Amino acid sequence: MTDNEWEPKIVAFCCNWCSYGGADTAGMGRFQQPSSLRIIRVMCSGRIDPMHVLNAFLEGADAVLVTGCHIGDCHYVNGNYKAEVRYRFLEEMVRELGLEPERLQLNWISASEGEKFANFVRDVTAQVKQLGPSPLKPEGVN
Amino acid sequence: MAQEESITETEEFIETEEASDPRIGVFVCECGVNIGGVVNCRAVADYAATLPGVVHSTVNKYTCSDAGQSEIKQAIMEYDLNRVLVASCTPKTHESIFRACVEEGGLNPYLFEFVNIREHCSWIHMQDKESATMKASELVRMGISRARLLEPLQSTEVPVTNRALVIGAGVAGMQAALDIADMGYKVYLVEKNPSIGGKMAQLDKTFPTNDCSICILGPKMVEVSRNRNIELMTYSEVEEVNGYVGNFKAKVRHKPRFVDITTCTGCGLCVQKCPIEVPDFEFNEGIGTRKAIYVPFPQAVPLRAVVDRSVCIDCGACSKACESHSINMEQEETFSDLEVGVIVVTTGYDVYNPEPTHDFGYGLYDNVITGMELERLLNASGPTMGKLVRPSDVRPPKRIGFIQCVGSRDKKRNRYCSGFCCMYALKDAQLIREKYPDSEVYIMYMDIRAPFRNYEEFYDRARDMGIKFIRGKPGRVTEDKDSNITVRVEDTLTNNIYNLELDLLVLSVGAVASESSERVRQLLKVSRAADGFMMEAHPKLKPVDTTLDGIFIGGVTQGPKDIPYSVSQGSACAARATRYLAQGKASTEGITVDVDRDTCVGCGICVPMCPFQALSMTDGKLEIIKALCKGCGTCAVACPTGALQQDHFKNNQILAQVRSAFIFEGE
Repeated sequence: MTDNEWEPKIVAFCCNWCSYGGADTAGMGRFQQPSSLRIIRVMCSGRIDPMHVLNAFLEGADAVLVTGCHIGDCHYVNGNYKAEVRYRFLEEMVRELGLEPERLQLNWISASEGEKFANFVRDVTAQVKQLGPSPLKPEGVN
Repeated sequence: MAQEESITETEEFIETEEASDPRIGVFVCECGVNIGGVVNCRAVADYAATLPGVVHSTVNKYTCSDAGQSEIKQAIMEYDLNRVLVASCTPKTHESIFRACVEEGGLNPYLFEFVNIREHCSWIHMQDKESATMKASELVRMGISRARLLEPLQSTEVPVTNRALVIGAGVAGMQAALDIADMGYKVYLVEKNPSIGGKMAQLDKTFPTNDCSICILGPKMVEVSRNRNIELMTYSEVEEVNGYVGNFKAKVRHKPRFVDITTCTGCGLCVQKCPIEVPDFEFNEGIGTRKAIYVPFPQAVPLRAVVDRSVCIDCGACSKACESHSINMEQEETFSDLEVGVIVVTTGYDVYNPEPTHDFGYGLYDNVITGMELERLLNASGPTMGKLVRPSDVRPPKRIGFIQCVGSRDKKRNRYCSGFCCMYALKDAQLIREKYPDSEVYIMYMDIRAPFRNYEEFYDRARDMGIKFIRGKPGRVTEDKDSNITVRVEDTLTNNIYNLELDLLVLSVGAVASESSERVRQLLKVSRAADGFMMEAHPKLKPVDTTLDGIFIGGVTQGPKDIPYSVSQGSACAARATRYLAQGKASTEGITVDVDRDTCVGCGICVPMCPFQALSMTDGKLEIIKALCKGCGTCAVACPTGALQQDHFKNNQILAQVRSAFIFEGE
């Protein structure tokens, strides 16, 4: 398998109200994307536990995306603000674990921003392809 | 080594609560060719059948159809299923349908798992069928892992306060308020301006019948003010909204008018005596003037004066003139706390403002005006008593041109079509030709959009009246020393380039989301669409619902539309909202948080995490008010002992999905 053919596996945590809807809108708009993403839907980005993110890396994710509503638009008032605070902590953790910072990304995407969602998937996939498989990926895991 | 330790900790983190004997039925939907044309659904179903817990796996042409749902219900009986997984489209539109289906089949609705292989798979990997099939299989594998851990949940019923709040008293809000009130419920109608009526009150005539706008709106405004079930709150703004469907609490701020609304008769003596005169931007688009104390317009409801303290010099002339002693300069703002069951938002729009970017010379040349300014100039009770004059020299213009799509259908401004600008230009052009038969009227357009009943005929009539149409977007607008305008435009149908000399140029500006709408949107947490207007729950099937239970949007706050469409949406909002009021109860989401009292150490870290005050500590014990919990799960993340868990999104359920996203090669 050459580097070019290697498709990274990216876990994306999406909130029910905005970013999951953004992924839906990307689908409705037929914005073609690499097949790297595995979306896990949660009700709010504030539900994304740092443990979920670290677990995804330990299980074999080449990158993890934390996504939610734009600040000010949270369906639960300010869950995304709390998600951002936890994300800042995770950024440090990722560095400690020896991962490149590109492997963990935060993005606010509204339900109407299908094109933005698709572009994000394309950009992150391209970045991770450059980096190659995550050093934390257990041997033999696909 | 460190990695191994983490994994061990994770094992503990994932509590195993798998059903003793998970019996999962998997239904893979082809959605016609939407999924089946890209994903090999048979292969996905066959793969699912090999996974632990799956006892039945099949493919449907349309799983959501009556036949597909019957098949699910039958399979629940036949295979004694205790979990159902459907791999089809998005839960945003179909989760409730399938939850109801499995419930009819005898299962708890929360034992249903949804996997999205259409929006998130077939539609975005159309060119790579192999990858799409593999990804669909993996998404189903993740869903099955989660399904094994799902637990039954109960939604709770809450009582509904039988009153409604309508925000914005334009034509859509007035209609919504009247309909709700006529169904027998109390309505608070909150309007930020001193009078109700909205943008429609400013218009001269309305297309396609050319009937006078205020003649049809005025009686409706009076009807609103006289309806005993409507409590009108003008010059008021919603400051705060809390709660949930059935039990919203809103704080409304009443701005001081400095006039006692209960005793003022709207006689206007105070206005006559007021020495201060300023341009009237509120109603007359800056054309003409008003006093520091003023009645917004002759047909205003309520017909009461209001003082603009930013220009008032406190001379006291109005007080002396007022026979009913209604002027009170000491008046302060007051607040009302409302409790309502449902909220209808009809906060309207702003007309696009071409000033900052000087579109087609607007703001640089006096004789370039907007469509709304023209409405005021044509209006019989407007600042010129309906006499059309051009701003530079107050002379009647002979040659008038319209430019369409100003601010609309333009990637540099707003991409969308504002819908009503073609029609109002056709209307105003007709009115000008009727009033001034010797005038020349030109409409420069990209496409004329006249889609509803009698609209195309209205366009024909404009052509028959001798209005000249030039298909093309002008390139340049210049002004000479006499303030005459020259528009350079290519007629793209004939390839002729014209240098059109005009006395007056009217820009047919579109609609944009207003600042005040945006403030209300943020207050309520209604989603924002890409065009800036508020977003409906579903573009076709839920056009006035929002994703928030009990909150509805209608009129131009949801996107540009004309009067009949706005009125229809006002009625639609009323019908959707009164479903809750009529039933007197609403069921809330079954997904809430639960605490394991044995593990909870009473630290209280979770309490401030909740934005809905659903959590509190009493004597070191955590209390959860389920009716207030909206199930976001933010508090569960903060819990240091794992005692708080969000139903349906428990750590073990999420982590099972994470884990099964990956697989050992050859496994």
